[in-house]
Amino acid sequence: MGKLKLKLTFDKDCVTRPIIYELVKKYDVMTNILNANIEYGNKGNMILEIKGKDENLKLALEYFKDLKIKYEIYAEAIIWDEKQCINCGSCTAVCPTQALTMGKDDCLHFDKDKCVVCQLCINACPIRIISVEL
Amino acid sequence: MRSIAQINEKIKKGKAVVVTAEEVIDIIKEKGYKETYEMVDVVTTGTFGPMCSSGVFINFGHSNPPIRMQSIMLNDVPAYGGLAAVDTYIGATEVSVKRGMEYGGGHVIEDLIAGKDIKLHALSNGTDCYPRKEILTTINKDNINQAYMYNPRNAYQNYPAATNSTNKTIYTYMGTLLPNYGNITYSTSGELSPLLNDPYMRTIGVGTRIFLGGGIGYVAWQGTQHKVDVERTANGVPIVNAATLAVIGDIKHMSTKYVRGAVFDRYGVTLFVGIGVPIPILDEDMLKFVSVKNSEIYTKLVDKSGNVNIDKKFNYAELRSGTVKFNGKNVHTAPLSSLYVARNIALTLKDWINKGSFELTDKVTDLPFESRVNSLEIREIK
Repeated sequence: MGKLKLKLTFDKDCVTRPIIYELVKKYDVMTNILNANIEYGNKGNMILEIKGKDENLKLALEYFKDLKIKYEIYAEAIIWDEKQCINCGSCTAVCPTQALTMGKDDCLHFDKDKCVVCQLCINACPIRIISVEL
Repeated sequence: MRSIAQINEKIKKGKAVVVTAEEVIDIIKEKGYKETYEMVDVVTTGTFGPMCSSGVFINFGHSNPPIRMQSIMLNDVPAYGGLAAVDTYIGATEVSVKRGMEYGGGHVIEDLIAGKDIKLHALSNGTDCYPRKEILTTINKDNINQAYMYNPRNAYQNYPAATNSTNKTIYTYMGTLLPNYGNITYSTSGELSPLLNDPYMRTIGVGTRIFLGGGIGYVAWQGTQHKVDVERTANGVPIVNAATLAVIGDIKHMSTKYVRGAVFDRYGVTLFVGIGVPIPILDEDMLKFVSVKNSEIYTKLVDKSGNVNIDKKFNYAELRSGTVKFNGKNVHTAPLSSLYVARNIALTLKDWINKGSFELTDKVTDLPFESRVNSLEIREIK
């Protein structure tokens, strides 16, 4: 079993296609949409997590290529500059997986394993010390 | 009863007992009110939150030939040109004409305090006495004359928590609010907050010496939108936004640890300001006020999508826990002000008083206890 976090960018030919359905049906992968911004009939992008057998994940990427869907694979991506952090907690308002939480010590805690690289925290941080490493 | 003069005598001798507004809660729990009152002279408070109504007055000094600056830019952020020749006011929320919301007055102030060089570009019509029409140079905190923060509204005594009833994410000065009551944000240091520890401002007034941005400052006046005739719980603590402070202090002694430029996504620029107020424990009543706990401080909830009050209040212990029950669901809560830095401020102020480098002041006059906030009506121009 493997896991990939992807950013997909598709043009107007793909936005009407049931991509998630096809991924599940053809390649037996588990999908989790972390963020999607799609203008129907125009263009869109999506941050997607897929889990499945390694060979199926490879096939899923081939499938994106065939459809001319651009994809970027996220590695361990969110970088939090802990030394600069003022521990205000604004980023925890938007973190969907509670990877960013306020601890009992009233400091910000970041659990990389829970992070799905949705990137919502980057702009929610008022002092701009969270970034993404692609 | 003890007086501020008596407390200052003890501070000079290094004998004053100073604790923070958090520490005093545990001491009372252990020793009771009477014994704690006998022991504790001063309780220190602290807050470090986004405070938009903030800014700095600057005098640049005169160039040769001199200029009467009318249009003024600091790192491409407009500063006020309607004062005397080389005076200005840079407000925290002003945004860069080049970089937009990513950099603004709050960041200029932070960079000034950090000692960085700031680009100054000013234009003028030119006059007989001020012939220069343009100036382009750099300034920093060491080569300018006065630079003092004057913040018209800081340290709000309580503030409503915020949520969003619509089906779209909204971007506000209370942070990013997720659709369908998806989260609740709040901004307070709660039991450490200056005005929540002296809800009727018995000891805080014009002239009160305070910690401001890492240096020494003073309460200058009532803050704008200062409001005292508000709903309170039995302990006297307002459950809505109430009193505010206008504060003043020299930025040359401040630190970027306690003054930080900030951006609220798709809303704008602001400034995190650190404020700490010492509260003299003049009598047992004062001790009762500073004993207030997060579980005893309530705030109302406001729907920021239409600025509508929701008939719901929470206490800060509930909000601090990270989740509250609302409309039958568990809703995630998030703070906007830093309790960590607020605590650091209260401890720093305690340290200053213990070392004898900070004495308490009697207020020169009270903050008004009768005031109302007008709304702005749309009136016909005649």
